[in-house]
Amino acid sequence: MRMHASYMVLLGALAGGCLPAQQPKSRHYDPLIQVLQKVPEKARAKNNPFQNDPEAAAAGGKLFEQHCAECHGQMAEGGKRGPSLEAEELQHARPGEIFWILTNGIVRRGMPSWSKLPEPQRWQIIMFLQSLNGPEPRSHS
Amino acid sequence: MTGSLLNPGKPIFLFLALLSFTRISSAQESPYIVTYDHHLEEPGNLEVEYFSTFGTQRAGNDFHAYWMEFEYGATAWWTTEFYLDAQTTFQDSSLFTGFRWENRFRPLQTEHFINPVIYIEYENISEADKTIKEVEGHDVESDFADLNAALRKEHDHELELKLILSKDYKGWNFALNPLATKNLSPDDPWEFGYAIGISRPLALRASPQPCRFCRENFIVGAELYGGLGDTQSFGLHETSHYLAPAVAWNLPSGWTVRLSPGFGLNDTSHRLLLRWGLSREFSGFGEIARSLFGGRQ
Repeated sequence: MRMHASYMVLLGALAGGCLPAQQPKSRHYDPLIQVLQKVPEKARAKNNPFQNDPEAAAAGGKLFEQHCAECHGQMAEGGKRGPSLEAEELQHARPGEIFWILTNGIVRRGMPSWSKLPEPQRWQIIMFLQSLNGPEPRSHS
Repeated sequence: MTGSLLNPGKPIFLFLALLSFTRISSAQESPYIVTYDHHLEEPGNLEVEYFSTFGTQRAGNDFHAYWMEFEYGATAWWTTEFYLDAQTTFQDSSLFTGFRWENRFRPLQTEHFINPVIYIEYENISEADKTIKEVEGHDVESDFADLNAALRKEHDHELELKLILSKDYKGWNFALNPLATKNLSPDDPWEFGYAIGISRPLALRASPQPCRFCRENFIVGAELYGGLGDTQSFGLHETSHYLAPAVAWNLPSGWTVRLSPGFGLNDTSHRLLLRWGLSREFSGFGEIARSLFGGRQ
């Protein structure tokens, strides 16, 4: 019986106590605004090298589906573990700001750092995110 | 009643049932098998890994050591892993050699010039363990030459500490892991070792279409690892060292395949440690477990 209880305690503690709290799906996500304000000026000024690459958003969509959709939803609409990325703050954010967040994560809020993806792939994801409200269709799937 | 609860089939069934509710997640795994970089498991995700090591043995029998690894992202700054080790020594026997529990903590919240991660592991393994997941102290090839019946009699309870230092630069990853190990019996000294890794994807930008054989799915690299003696005799005398090229193939289906032939660099090292591994990442494992076990909402 003790053994059975210990499985329960271990799994419960790891799974329940340590997961990031559920994030709101609202289009105004306060922690995102706070983090955007913290982005260093040098990082903010970076431009997306894929700005004029017509295939970058599609490649970014593929990467988003592989790495981000499990938390943020298939089309970035938000999920149980991550907020919507269609928020106005993000759509109006500068590419360098989003790149900084992707690179560093928001670790205390449960968003991991994605620096393990090469820089060009992070920029491709940003192209996809910023295409979500644009005139181009969401063509990654 | 107690007997039925202690039946090992129950936790395995429970674990498989939990996995069946999860979603396969695509990973971007490094090719390292011994070295660690600073990238932790995504929170709530479980990665199940199988690794094999075929080792040649002079003055003894070649062996095949294997382990299962369960890597869970408890938070974005804490990854915990549980290992089960076993081995087969040819013309001798097969046996379970013990378990290890490892934790990695990321103390800094953002990326820095060099990113540190603190690694703490408890090992409960017998001397017959041949996974050679790390090389430390005066570990040499002849330590593994005895028959399993003799080796299994001695059990180690070890504490292992590593400082993982890692940096990503222009697609390259550079990682350095100095390590210190202490057998928890009071008479044994601290033992030291190191692992160094370098790796890079074959392509840095992703192609727009899903593909199995795109260059971006392959990460190549090399590892260098070995022992550095102990507190009583620090240095390279009577130590073993290996150089191992490595490749990881990250498939869109969520599987990762790793291959790494390691070559002994001196006469006290195994001539060849051929390693390969297969892993798959399951997302939302923590969420499912939380809903079943009533964790905090």
